Amino acid sequence: MLKMNHLSKVYRTDVLETHALRDFTVEVREGEFVAVMGPSGSGKTTFLTIAGLLEEFTGGGYWLDGVDTRGLNDRHRSRLRNEKIGFVFQSFNLIPDLNVYDNIDVPLRYRGLRGAERRRLIHEVLQRVGLSSRVRHYPSEMSGGQQQRAAIARALVGRPRLLLADEPTGNLDTQMARGVMELLEELHRDGATIVMVTHDPELAARAQRQVRIMDGRIVELEAEPALVGQGNVDGLSRAFSRTA
Amino acid sequence: MFAYYFRLSLRSFRRNVILTGLMVLAIGVGIGASMTTLTIFRAMAADPIPGKSGELFTPQIDNYGPVNLGPDTQRFQTPDRLPTSLTYLDAVALMRAHAAPRQAAMYATNVAVTPADPKQLPFRVPTRATYADFFPMFEVPFEYGAPWSASDDQARAPLVVITRQLNDRLYGGVNSVGRTLTLNGDAYRIVGVADTWHPTPRFYDLNNAFDYGGAEQLYLPFTRAIAQQIHSNGLSCLKPVGSGWQTLLGSECIWTTVWVELPTAAAARAYRSFLFNYAQAQRDSGRFHWPAKVALRNVRQWLAYRQIVPQDVSTLVLVSFAFLGVCLLNALGLMLAKFMARLGQVSVRRALGADQRAILAQCIVESGTLGLTGAAAGLGFTLLGLTMARGLFANATSVLTRLNGGDIAIAIGVSLVTTMLAGLYPSWRASQVQPAWQLKTQ
Repeated sequence: MLKMNHLSKVYRTDVLETHALRDFTVEVREGEFVAVMGPSGSGKTTFLTIAGLLEEFTGGGYWLDGVDTRGLNDRHRSRLRNEKIGFVFQSFNLIPDLNVYDNIDVPLRYRGLRGAERRRLIHEVLQRVGLSSRVRHYPSEMSGGQQQRAAIARALVGRPRLLLADEPTGNLDTQMARGVMELLEELHRDGATIVMVTHDPELAARAQRQVRIMDGRIVELEAEPALVGQGNVDGLSRAFSRTA
Repeated sequence: MFAYYFRLSLRSFRRNVILTGLMVLAIGVGIGASMTTLTIFRAMAADPIPGKSGELFTPQIDNYGPVNLGPDTQRFQTPDRLPTSLTYLDAVALMRAHAAPRQAAMYATNVAVTPADPKQLPFRVPTRATYADFFPMFEVPFEYGAPWSASDDQARAPLVVITRQLNDRLYGGVNSVGRTLTLNGDAYRIVGVADTWHPTPRFYDLNNAFDYGGAEQLYLPFTRAIAQQIHSNGLSCLKPVGSGWQTLLGSECIWTTVWVELPTAAAARAYRSFLFNYAQAQRDSGRFHWPAKVALRNVRQWLAYRQIVPQDVSTLVLVSFAFLGVCLLNALGLMLAKFMARLGQVSVRRALGADQRAILAQCIVESGTLGLTGAAAGLGFTLLGLTMARGLFANATSVLTRLNGGDIAIAIGVSLVTTMLAGLYPSWRASQVQPAWQLKTQ
């Protein structure tokens, strides 16, 4: 589903060069739930934005569901993002001018679906996340947990192949966070591919696999017993790049 | 997607009422100022007789000559210093020559009308003494009856055509053809009632070009008016003229005009040649002591020649559109601020699959919606401006200060197009947002 091979991302200004990602190699298979961890500034969010085709990378390669993303123009990238990726953000990022229904409707509009089809998909996903009774509410009229559920519904409505979540429970209290995680786990059980960035080790533990990033590199993967002790980050990366 | 973007625009307006109000005000004031001046300019510069303005001509003859120009010649504010009217002798000579298929000499006067109803007091009305061809040449519509004929002109018949306005006043609007009307104490028979007719500007009477109040309400045969010694409202004489009607008729005072219909370019060339030959003949006869100088201008040329649209009005139009440009720059700045404040939302839409073109389209539709709203405000300001402008045209009616369908369409079109153009840069800036950076910082 997601394959990055020796990927690098460098931010350049007139006076400074920042290597956000270096020699980054990772693979996520379809149906996996992967947690990405690391300290602030390690490159987690950069990895996520590149994975989500929101940013271009400097070197290496990135394949999304078999499509080589290098060199794609904005239109193709946007279409790919719309069709294959769903985003869940820490701060929900619901559009405040729009109610829940209209927020979830946004990605479907850009896909060009007809009104009846859009309505069906939206009501389906609202039922899934338990927000059918809040369809005409605005974000300011809902709790944090409800807003995040609405954001997850928006991410799922287009039936994406990949769900990218950036600290999805970061702005929620414990109870709400638990509810959101249960929803993500439920989605995973139903076959969704999820990549989740988190600071919380407890949340990361609930994922199927964990990846740790430090200084723009993968430094730790959930190790398979045969490869433990080699001390070779690149080797570990290749070993755990499971092909389908 | 257009309907979707339009709905999003309206929601955005509701969310930022003050900012939207400021933008609408900026656009509305600019549109109001420019459309006020443009409406007046269009009315002044309009073709008063579309379809025929290229076929109707008025001749000019230099009967004053260069050496005779004295202090009074400052009245001839024309580029070539030609008099703008003709002498009686020249007008009659041109009519007798019949060098055009249709022709009409004319002058403005006023007569005293004595109503048949003894309860009504006599009153004076603006009048035009002219020939029968005046009516078909200028396509004057008739409510009742018809104009007199060429033979009536020859016979100096006591006939009259009155306007609908006068007919309403005297007879309550009923068909008054055949009735007798007393003018200056003499009896005239009404042969026709002209329907409402206001060519704007009134090209054949530029002293009342935009003044409906000063327009003639009554027409009578030129020959009859001369026979009855009905004086013109105004005349210009190079030197003092002795008293007496016949003296006036034989003088070089100018107080009549002639209009001719020349349907083809060849006919116009032929008439111009005839006119020159006529002036040359006057020189040969000893009446003129200077080279023959004539001019023959059609309606549009005549209006341009007489500068019926004052230069300051033209300048005012340019200035007002420059002001519109300033207002649109203000609106551009406000739009830029508004779109930049929404970069977070734009980034979310980009994350959900909107490409740069979709964001550009959404913002341009919002600019267009703003333009439509600004047009509505602008029309309101235009009406206000035209109301205030009425005070500048003391005797003119609302002909210059009236919004017609064309003016409204122009206002909407100008507002829409200029606001969308002003919105291009803010829209482009919004579409260029780097969504990753925006989403990271939220």
